[in-house]
Amino acid sequence: MNTKPFSTVLGLVALLTFAAPAFSAGGGALQHADVNIRDIAAIQRGAKLFVNYCFSCHSASFMRYNRLAEDLNLDEDLVMENLVFADVKIGETMEIAMRPDDAGNWLGKVPPDLSLASRSRGADWLYTYLLTFYQDESGGWNNQLLENASMPNVFWQLQGIQKPVYATHDGHEVIDHLTLAEPGLQSPEEFESSVRDLVTFMEYLGEPAKVKRKNIGVWVLLFLALFALVSYALKAEYWRDVH
Amino acid sequence: MAKPASNLARRADALWNWVDTRLPVSAFWKATMTGYQAPKNFNFWYYMGSLALLVLVIQILSGIFLTMHYKPSADLAFASVEYIMRDVEWGWFIRYLHSTGASFFFILVYLHMFRSLLYGSHRSPRELVWIFGMLIYLALMAEAFMGYVLPWGQMSYWGAQVIINLFGAIPTIGEPLTEWIRGDFFISDATLNRFFALHVIALPLALLGLVLMHLVALRENGSNNPDGIEIKANKDENGLPVDGIPFHPYYTVKDIFGVAMFLLLFAFILFFWPEAGGLFLEHDNFIPANPLVTPEHIKPVWYFTPYYAILKAVPDKLMGVILMGLSVVVLFFLPWLDRSPVKSIRYKGLWYKIMVGVFAVAFVRLGMLGMSEGTPAQTIEMRVWTFVYFAFFILLYFLSPGGKTKPLPERLTH
Repeated sequence: MNTKPFSTVLGLVALLTFAAPAFSAGGGALQHADVNIRDIAAIQRGAKLFVNYCFSCHSASFMRYNRLAEDLNLDEDLVMENLVFADVKIGETMEIAMRPDDAGNWLGKVPPDLSLASRSRGADWLYTYLLTFYQDESGGWNNQLLENASMPNVFWQLQGIQKPVYATHDGHEVIDHLTLAEPGLQSPEEFESSVRDLVTFMEYLGEPAKVKRKNIGVWVLLFLALFALVSYALKAEYWRDVH
Repeated sequence: MAKPASNLARRADALWNWVDTRLPVSAFWKATMTGYQAPKNFNFWYYMGSLALLVLVIQILSGIFLTMHYKPSADLAFASVEYIMRDVEWGWFIRYLHSTGASFFFILVYLHMFRSLLYGSHRSPRELVWIFGMLIYLALMAEAFMGYVLPWGQMSYWGAQVIINLFGAIPTIGEPLTEWIRGDFFISDATLNRFFALHVIALPLALLGLVLMHLVALRENGSNNPDGIEIKANKDENGLPVDGIPFHPYYTVKDIFGVAMFLLLFAFILFFWPEAGGLFLEHDNFIPANPLVTPEHIKPVWYFTPYYAILKAVPDKLMGVILMGLSVVVLFFLPWLDRSPVKSIRYKGLWYKIMVGVFAVAFVRLGMLGMSEGTPAQTIEMRVWTFVYFAFFILLYFLSPGGKTKPLPERLTH
């Protein structure tokens, strides 16, 4: 009797169970950032937002300015004018002037380097986090995704001010949703689009070679598919006298 | 043929003869490849060995290039990995080759070992092939564990912390032993440096030596096959097994096809999904190691999680460590635990099919539970599957001699 199908199925089950990405990175319900890292214009806009709103406190110390210029199709002079505010050269990395010790004293917590934030947190997390800042009863900033976040809402002028609406679940008062109490310079749709641009930039920042990797990957797979066909034909030719 | 060409050919021939009379190249090639008779009915499961060898080569080559740029120091390690990912030409490719290769090594080795369970490849006279294989598996676990520490991310650091602390559960010598392993009172630069040395020199050397012994022992008796009968028992007038075919060219061309199919899958992961959803490269490992901040959820990489679940299933730390150790050690005895008169699952009764099926589910479920947060319900499930895991070996020992079997065929079936 032949048990080949049985054992093959077993093997595939084992393989698929391990390979299945059934283990997501935790956290509550995340909104979909839906970023497109091939959208160079979005990355450019995101880079602008990044240096204007994030870069005074957060470094991106693994990213070089000239790499940015190259990948975003920007002239190096343009990068120096628009994105570089400190007295640095184009080949240097995106460091901030604030020293970690000072940052710790002034802000209570050293703002983390953001080079790899998209890889440790994921784009959806960043997107949700940046959209869910609200002003609590004390008038201070808080965040729905990361409770008691030490970061204030740096985008409040663009976004406006959100306030929480509470509901009772199982006897606990929890935030049901946020409402826009004071409108900002951008409409909610415009602001979501801005945050998406920023997250797109951060996704690029996490792995600058990502687009190149996928582009090359297509050719590698095509080559290997061809190689598989040829090697199968070779195998079949040799094995004719065995079967 | 023109005269100069034949002259050249004659000289090349002479040179070849000169070498071959001093170094047994053709004798070796004949003994291990063209003259080596392999059963003609190898199926899907028989690709895993040659593919594991391929991945070993990939790991060594990519590892050499990583070593050129990596800095084994607590201050520089994390940044040097990002330097490789961003500033080194093709550095991202080299790094993803190595990280994807590490996980695929284990996928292949697990499937390779499972093949043994199916067809009884570890049974007499191939016990030493299995023992060397198990030693390879142990060395591979040590190699992977130390390699995982090198990027010096949060999971590198805290994973190492948890695993090394396991040795602390041993009475009396536990604490000094952990200090001896770390070279410090906590995971530090000294630990990173020695792990680097072991990862790039000591363990690869051990692995290569063990792989050599695995192959030498395999060639001595020849491969088993899906029918689990000895092809050497049935020879033709020339003394060659009637169901045997020369390894080269038949299995070399077949394995090349296997390589192509494997590389398709491998390249797909490498180029399009290198983190594998956080299984191959964990999210927390993109945060630099910080001794002051403990990650919310510490867990080892996926290939260790079945054993990690067995550890966590036991409330007492020392007992957990012992049981975890036992779960690996018991595998060494597999050739003597299976006492069935037939080797292959094809000629064992339904009892064995059910047992192997349940065992496979137990191993996979333990692996998944080992990654979980460990809620009370999950802990209970871990205990159930841990029990099933060990029950397999005990039942195998007692059921296999009398278990139902089917008559063995005279020849290989297909």
